Amino acid sequence: MRFMMIMLPAGYASAPAGKRPELKAIEKMMDYNMSLQQAGVLLAMDGLHPASTGARVTTVNGKVKVTDGPFAEAKEAIGGYWVLDVGSRAEAIAWASRCPLEPGDTIEVRQVFEMTDFSPDVQKAVADMHSNCA
Amino acid sequence: MTGSDIHRTIEAVWRIESARLIAGLARMVRDVGLAEELAQDALVAALERWPQSGVPDNPGAWLMTTAKHRAIDQLRRRKLIERKHESLIHEPEFEPTDERLELEAMLDEDIGDDLLRLIFTACHPVLSAEARAALTLRLLGGLTTDEIARAFLVPEPTVAQRIVRAKRTLTEKNIPYEVPRGEERDERLASVLEVLYLIFNEGYAATSGDDWIRPELCNEAMRLGRVLAALAPDEPEVLGLLALMEIQASRLNARTTSSGEPILLPNQDRSRWDPLLIRRGLTALDRIEKLRGASGPYALQAAIAACHARARTVDETDWSRIASLYAVLATVMPSPIVELNRAVAVAMASGPAAGLALIDALADEPQLRNYHLLPSVRGDLLSRLQRHDEARHEFERAASMTRNTRERQMLERRAAASAQAARAQA
Repeated sequence: MRFMMIMLPAGYASAPAGKRPELKAIEKMMDYNMSLQQAGVLLAMDGLHPASTGARVTTVNGKVKVTDGPFAEAKEAIGGYWVLDVGSRAEAIAWASRCPLEPGDTIEVRQVFEMTDFSPDVQKAVADMHSNCA
Repeated sequence: MTGSDIHRTIEAVWRIESARLIAGLARMVRDVGLAEELAQDALVAALERWPQSGVPDNPGAWLMTTAKHRAIDQLRRRKLIERKHESLIHEPEFEPTDERLELEAMLDEDIGDDLLRLIFTACHPVLSAEARAALTLRLLGGLTTDEIARAFLVPEPTVAQRIVRAKRTLTEKNIPYEVPRGEERDERLASVLEVLYLIFNEGYAATSGDDWIRPELCNEAMRLGRVLAALAPDEPEVLGLLALMEIQASRLNARTTSSGEPILLPNQDRSRWDPLLIRRGLTALDRIEKLRGASGPYALQAAIAACHARARTVDETDWSRIASLYAVLATVMPSPIVELNRAVAVAMASGPAAGLALIDALADEPQLRNYHLLPSVRGDLLSRLQRHDEARHEFERAASMTRNTRERQMLERRAAASAQAARAQA
């Protein structure tokens, strides 16, 4: 089963556009990433630019509204993510527990949906959608 | 943490640590079976201690230290026995501290090499393919015998015995715990890759049982493939096998209907193919190209799978490229099954009659005598040539040959459809 580990670095919501992790932190993280890779559980990972360079797209009364970052109301911002393929939720948590965190950093561990997580009705509807298209 | 939480945590730690633990210990005690017992002892100690003490901050190190101490005790005991055999003269008490430090230092160095040694040993050709698969899942995947038994649909005692016997064989035949070098390396690597692909295929196209696919086995094989690729990043065939497995697994969700019947490749909804696995597979193939090009059997098969992965619709499939890749594959891995697949590709590139000609040349291949895909493919080509009665006969033959329930049902349906088409023709 797949899990996403979402990194929420301390203070990243208000980080300036040019904010980059320090070399020492990068080195520690690279060791950690290597351990994920060597264990065969790492499927994908990326680091994200600070939210101040991002944008939020919503709709207001059916109209698209774009807001540029930083987002004053946000308490936390995603700094990066990993996608792991592991045998259990506990294994995903065990991997997250090994991540070299700075004080205040948080990792959120979330399971990725699979078709079998949906009801048989939904599964059937999706399968039929396909046969109608074909 | 509740008791069951701790239990789950210990299981997770075991899954993460067991291979490294066993690999390091095996170098110390020079016996894979004994190494596994020592690692198991450490696990039992954790199961006893952690519910009271809580999970240690570095659970992997805790297990390693506990197992090391037991290993050192074992070695010391063995040494004492040897010394008693050597002479009846009283030996001075030997200093355990230096030895202990030396052994601990030994255990900490290059775990990567240890893992490779463990993989090569578990997949040693002296063992049967099924023993290699069971031992690999046990020692490197950290699976219990019960889990392995369920995955392969065999009784647990059978798997347990298979593993015990395999470990005994390794000890009796004095199989050295090492990474083979030189010419032997290629041969031994092929044996490792064969085991991983066997595990994958048992999950991908279950040869028996009610389910056509057992994805947990596919995932396990891919995980081991990734471990191997991290240890041997410049081996094109290791990358080739991983790419092959990942691209094939990208279709897992699209390969069955909601009620579990197989959907063949041309009929699959490609939007349900997993883009992440496809991307990983294609990236690995790019790397192979940079190393020395797809020239080995796994890399070539991965390149073929990639042709399907790149085509957004069936009609976009580059069948002539697939046919030429199969032609190369037939030279590095001559096999009637490869010829059969080449025939399918040729049929797609140049029409069913051209494919049928190649297939008819395979009719007397002893290796294909009980292979249901031969009549199945022949039936398909005959039906495309509007030779429905012959097609029905082939589908019926194929249905009687497969051991998989789902596949048999599908073939029976195709036979019935051909029968109907034949009646309409008459």
